Amino acid sequence: MKSITKSAIDAILKKHGNAEESLIAVLKDIQNQYGYLPQEALRQVSEKLAVPLSKIFCVATFYSTFSLEPRGKNVISVCQGTACHTKKGEEVVTSLTRTLKLGADRKTTADRAFTVEKVRCMGCCSIAPAVRVNQDQYGQVTQNSVANILSKYGKA
Amino acid sequence: MKVSGKKDLQKLQKEGMATLFPDRTRIMVGMATCCIAKGSAEVMSALKDEIKKQGLKADVVAVGCIGLCYQEPTIEVVQPGKPKITYGEMTPGKIPSLVACIKQGKVEKQSVLYRTDKEELPLNEGRHIFSKGASLKEFKGIQEYSEVPFFKKQRKVALRNAGFIDPENISEYIARGGYSSLMNTLASMKPEAVIAEVTKAGLRGRSGGGFPTGVKWQACRKADGKIKYMLCNVSEGDPGIGMHKSLLESDPHSVLEGMIIGAYAIGAKEGYIYISSGQTLGVMRMEKAVADAKACGFLGKSILKSGFDFTVKVKEGAGAYVCGEETALIRSFEGDWGEPRQRPPYPAVSGLWGKPTVINNVETLANVPVIMGKGAKWFSSIGSEKSKGTKVFSVVGEVNRPGLIEVPMGTTLREIIYDVGGGLPKGKTLKAVLAGGPAGGCVPKKLMNLPVDYEALMQAGSAMSSGGIIVMDEGNCMVDMNKYLLSFSEEESCGKCTPCRVGVRRMREIITDISEGKGREGDVELLEKMALLIKDGALCNLGKTAPNPVLATLRYFKDEYQAHIKKKKCSAAVCKSLKK
Repeated sequence: MKSITKSAIDAILKKHGNAEESLIAVLKDIQNQYGYLPQEALRQVSEKLAVPLSKIFCVATFYSTFSLEPRGKNVISVCQGTACHTKKGEEVVTSLTRTLKLGADRKTTADRAFTVEKVRCMGCCSIAPAVRVNQDQYGQVTQNSVANILSKYGKA
Repeated sequence: MKVSGKKDLQKLQKEGMATLFPDRTRIMVGMATCCIAKGSAEVMSALKDEIKKQGLKADVVAVGCIGLCYQEPTIEVVQPGKPKITYGEMTPGKIPSLVACIKQGKVEKQSVLYRTDKEELPLNEGRHIFSKGASLKEFKGIQEYSEVPFFKKQRKVALRNAGFIDPENISEYIARGGYSSLMNTLASMKPEAVIAEVTKAGLRGRSGGGFPTGVKWQACRKADGKIKYMLCNVSEGDPGIGMHKSLLESDPHSVLEGMIIGAYAIGAKEGYIYISSGQTLGVMRMEKAVADAKACGFLGKSILKSGFDFTVKVKEGAGAYVCGEETALIRSFEGDWGEPRQRPPYPAVSGLWGKPTVINNVETLANVPVIMGKGAKWFSSIGSEKSKGTKVFSVVGEVNRPGLIEVPMGTTLREIIYDVGGGLPKGKTLKAVLAGGPAGGCVPKKLMNLPVDYEALMQAGSAMSSGGIIVMDEGNCMVDMNKYLLSFSEEESCGKCTPCRVGVRRMREIITDISEGKGREGDVELLEKMALLIKDGALCNLGKTAPNPVLATLRYFKDEYQAHIKKKKCSAAVCKSLKK
């Protein structure tokens, strides 16, 4: 993982013109770079944009894109849209949670290799249930195909 | 190339026609998000390799979505003098024999779906005739596009180019009549006349309540202030549909052209396209479209020498369903968390940064160039009495042909599910159809003659909303479905107003109890009462519509609730704590 430096955050802020209205875009860039929103980065954003840290916290916790905790190397998003629900998408979550030994409040594996997240409709309803690993999309996922998918990302 | 008049546009049209219908082979691969998920990228690379290997001279083009999701990955082949041939369920393994057939000018009989003899070019006067396939021996036994059950009852207006053009090639959009509406509008119509035309056409917002677009534009035009904004909402958080995304990925220019015309009508110089998070491909294609339109002079200073200036920026959201609501979207735009506010004032009077703002949905805008090109009369001849034009639906669930479809308003649910969607898979019986997602409601089998029409659906306790149609069989439990829909609304509630924050949560808790065998006498009445109170008391449409699914199921499936409560029975065997 990249180390968090003041200059890297400054560069992001500068790219967005140090403007308060760009807060979401700034946070997105930080998230893209580090996989989450590190606290020290948020403090720097708060100072530079003269936006209270409390407001940044509000924004960061409001949108599902943002995470305040470090995430795994591979992010597995499981679609929870209606079509996926009717096609038993919940079982995919159960199966992933079991295989990766995660729990209700643990979304990232101990070795930080995987994070499992539930997301809203991905727009591939016709191939429900859908799963996305990083940028790769998978459709018609079953409890059995989960292991197969995981193995592509180094899960023994 | 900068376009400054009709001649330049014609030149680009010619360029586009030359790639759409070339004098050599053109092979199109559907490459929208869901096609890619089914492996179309692998098919495309296998195709490119095989073409080289077999020495075939052909252009391989990535196109958008033709809606045939159940047959993906799809490939279409255009060869001079021959009908266009569509192939389905392609895999890299099927490519060598396909390429061999193409090379010999033959049809690969194993994977062929249908042929197209003529293709409609709705905005470019008439149609392109490939060839009379029926007269050629090779193509005789293959079904023609117009006879294919999936397409027979469809009418493509908003999706007129989706899957036909390379979404990243502006000349192909222009070849199919694109930007000619903009050119004619700017050259010959006053903004007021544009608004009058759109009003006369009867165009209504394609997401949410179906507010008349012309009325919205008029309110913004008349609002005080020099600075106005035109916003396009691609914030599709609605679970169970993916159509806005698909439209954006397949034909970004149709949305952009509609937006430029709208901006001219209301008097906006700046516009933004708000795309909700996770739509990487849509964002990329839209950014390319904006850059290309700018290079052609359809955006920027004095567009097509009309003196009208307009610029567009693409902005990506960060993922929140409530941001589909106008005032929440505006707040999110301003860099805040997306909490809605009281209306009025409506955004048309006080919107982005307090300035008059129009917010239109993608599908609504994609219709605008057609209305300006073909006229209000043509547009309003399609549809039902109060709902004009067509509507795009994503038909999914227990149906043989899930896909992205577009039908005239007034088409019945039965036609959509059986004629277009091919009915339910063998051995499954229809139980209910959920239209409108968490803002709509499930309607039972006996209402399949219900037309898709804003008022008719609303009266039946369902909704058009943004167009998801989910077909459910006897294996679905209505109590469980509502538990799911309410937990969606609960999680997505912004928490600002109490009826939504607490009320929806309480309703979800009661339904959860019912599903776990802890239902009590009087729960049904309590749910009904709460639903009406929340509808009355919630601040925005997310809250106001959240109880809809419960009301609809209490209307049509009350017995099922009672069986859960009194007999502790779930006939669909979905609620695990109950007996079957």
